[in-house]
Amino acid sequence: MLNKFLNGLRDNTMLIVLVVVVLFFNFTTHGTMLQPSQFNALITQNAYVYVLATGMLMCMLTGGNIDLSCGSFVCLVGVFGAKIMVTKGLPISLGIIVMLLIGIVYGCLLGFIIAYVNIPPWIATLAGFLALRGWGVALMKGASNISPLPASFCNVFTGKMNDLFGGPRINGVQYNMTSIVVGVVICLVAAFLLFNGRATKLKKGYQADSLGTVIFKTVVICAAIMLFAYKLSLAGGIPFALLWVAGIVVIYSFITSMTDFGRYFYTIGGNAEATRLSGIDTKLIMFFAYLNMAILTVVSTFLTMSRFQAANSTAGTNYEMDAISACVVGGVSAYGGSGTVFGMIIGATLIGAINLGMSLMGIDANWQKVVKGVVLLGAVVFEILNNKKKAVK
Amino acid sequence: MGNIILEMKNITKEFPGVKALDNVNLVVEEGEIHALVGENGAGKSTLMNVLSGIYPYGTYTGDIVYKGEVCKFQKIKDSEEKGIVIIHQELALVPYMSIGENMFLGNEQGSKAAIDWNKTYAEADKFLKMVGLSESSRTLIKDIGVGKQQLVEIAKALAKNAKLLILDEPTSSLNENDSRALLDLLLEFKKQGLTSIIISHKLNEVSYVADKITVIRDGSTIETLDKAVDDISEDRIIKGMVGREMTDRFPKRTDVKIGDVAMEIKDWTVYHPQYEERKVVDGVSMNVRKGEVVGIAGLMGAGRTELAMSIFGKAYGTRISGQLIINGKEVKLKNIKDAIKHKLAYVTEDRKGNGLVLTNPIKVNTTLANLSALTKNRVIDKDKEYMVAEEYRDKLKTKCPTVEQNVGNLSGGNQQKVLLAKWMFANPDILILDEPTRGIDVGAKYEIYCIINDLVAAGKSVIMISSELPEVLGMSDRIYVMNEGKMVGEMAGAEASQESIMSCILKS
Repeated sequence: MLNKFLNGLRDNTMLIVLVVVVLFFNFTTHGTMLQPSQFNALITQNAYVYVLATGMLMCMLTGGNIDLSCGSFVCLVGVFGAKIMVTKGLPISLGIIVMLLIGIVYGCLLGFIIAYVNIPPWIATLAGFLALRGWGVALMKGASNISPLPASFCNVFTGKMNDLFGGPRINGVQYNMTSIVVGVVICLVAAFLLFNGRATKLKKGYQADSLGTVIFKTVVICAAIMLFAYKLSLAGGIPFALLWVAGIVVIYSFITSMTDFGRYFYTIGGNAEATRLSGIDTKLIMFFAYLNMAILTVVSTFLTMSRFQAANSTAGTNYEMDAISACVVGGVSAYGGSGTVFGMIIGATLIGAINLGMSLMGIDANWQKVVKGVVLLGAVVFEILNNKKKAVK
Repeated sequence: MGNIILEMKNITKEFPGVKALDNVNLVVEEGEIHALVGENGAGKSTLMNVLSGIYPYGTYTGDIVYKGEVCKFQKIKDSEEKGIVIIHQELALVPYMSIGENMFLGNEQGSKAAIDWNKTYAEADKFLKMVGLSESSRTLIKDIGVGKQQLVEIAKALAKNAKLLILDEPTSSLNENDSRALLDLLLEFKKQGLTSIIISHKLNEVSYVADKITVIRDGSTIETLDKAVDDISEDRIIKGMVGREMTDRFPKRTDVKIGDVAMEIKDWTVYHPQYEERKVVDGVSMNVRKGEVVGIAGLMGAGRTELAMSIFGKAYGTRISGQLIINGKEVKLKNIKDAIKHKLAYVTEDRKGNGLVLTNPIKVNTTLANLSALTKNRVIDKDKEYMVAEEYRDKLKTKCPTVEQNVGNLSGGNQQKVLLAKWMFANPDILILDEPTRGIDVGAKYEIYCIINDLVAAGKSVIMISSELPEVLGMSDRIYVMNEGKMVGEMAGAEASQESIMSCILKS
């Protein structure tokens, strides 16, 4: 029993580290860290990381392949979008469609070069890293930004959901009922999935977790969701950025864990030749990994642009590194073949929390980078040592 | 009788949870060739790793007495200084460096400040001559074949002034000719006083070359046979290895009805994917019937794997021409997926390299080639997948704690079973098995043979490519002989012999 508990702890080390880090910063900042406004900031400021890291995860699964060009691509796509929506004053929908089309074209090009011409991904995307930002900045003709973006565009990505239920105002604090209601619904769904999963397993005669374990899990998960919903309710409601992130994360979590298509990303990372000889079109999967990455980069651009309400010459700087770090800290193998969306979320949140916490403490930005570097290395070293221990067992 | 050069006394080595060696004793006399045999996992390699200092003194118990002196090696360098040199099964040569550079890697010739390249290559050439290689020592390793690479390894060992040479499966990747040349070389060095310990699965080679044979089973020494005194026939050695008489190394196949032709190829020609003018398979015609095991014998590099892979949905080669007829109808297979759809399966010779995803669990590997059988709208039914994996684990008697276990943690024999399970689950009618028993022990081999028998009993056709002639002879209903891309012979299994196959190859 104790052993099982310890194993559970080991499998969720990063989650525990995340909780400890958040509590630590909450203590050092005298409770500022967990204030609703900071909570909201954590989500909106980091939304781009979750989206990019999801794309990066799919690339990394295929064998530690990365995309160095996504940060620069954020800049370029942003410039095109702003030219259409601001400079030319054309409709927002046209801007969005053109940006997505550019993403598809670039993704196809990159995917073709990598999957069918066999150019190593880091070289192909290094070229993009250099060229795309250069092109983007050149198009701005000396301006440092193109603004202001139409408010209706920004609102779709960084606005907040209206309160549909008209929440109460108690002691001068406005509660947002929608967040609470959504929280409760998600809790019910989560509980249903957990109990239903156990029931199905039992019915088919497989080994399943004990009832106690399932109840414990359900309680912990629901408590976390409700705490989240409560904080959002105080911060003025559910930010649209969270909806975008949640939608993408749920979809990709499903693809990677439940579908054959997702499974092939893992087996290619584990042994590409064995996968090919099993009748799977490995080149097509590689192609999709990079096409997908480019499309998610465009989505990430929407989130970034609307947060700054402008297209910026420095937009997207180091985003590729943020995405890679989130994956690696979240336990995605640098050699490919293993890693989960959930792990990536923990990794991205951990880095985001460290950023926010240190900023709140007033730590110098350069020292923040040092800390992040150490955390990144520490996470990988821990992962490798942990795997070694498992292998010996 | 010569002097005793090495004595290993009561060696015990434990890994977490397993006793790999249990009171092993080994006595080697000066100037003899001593063979170490045993099933996979018996502890042969572990024993040699203890001897060469890879497992340093203190991590095992017992004594190593070398030339009358108790040795406490901390690292490989320590044992090499005494003249004990080990050559590992996987060649440890750097492909993009020259022979000379490789030979003196870690032992560079010249002053401390700079390498003396003239001396390096002159010395290297001297040792190459000793092993009978005419290549210049400036040739890159990647440009010479595996057989020659193995000789370079030996020359490298000699350059280290080896007194006791340990060879771990030196012929596992060599063809018959190269193997024979290597063994003759060892006999030649023996005359000059070099002592060797050779680990091998190929018992005919062991009887050919060894003066003494020590049998290890389950981490303990069972017996030492002396060529001069004891019977060292293959059957006798096998008895020691498995602990029982193996009256039949190949299971009987009873009442299998051989039916119509299931697959036929006519005038099949394949060119090399990079060097497009080179013919790898040249005008080959062959067929296989339902319920039949057809063996393809030949030397390594004869083009057998290339033939098999090119049939399997053009997985290898360019400019493939010829007819492929399955169940009486000519088909054109565009890709591997197409081949699987036409109920073909190719079980690779290289299970680690291109057969299995070692970092993934058994169940994922089992279902990989036929995942669509488990999906509905692309969503995998994981419960069903688990059940399938369990079913094949039972059927093939794969030894593993659970099917959630990563394949990389299994032994060679069990990995081979997972590979077979994967292709059996793809439900093929025609299976091409490429070296299905390579590198696995006698017991597991027997089980694989039983699986093959079950397959043909179920009306499937099996094409078995093997470099081990006894296996081809023991299992095949019909045998094709291939050499340099061409089919040079066809004979009924009952009529064929090692001699007739070899003469087919030599006379072609």
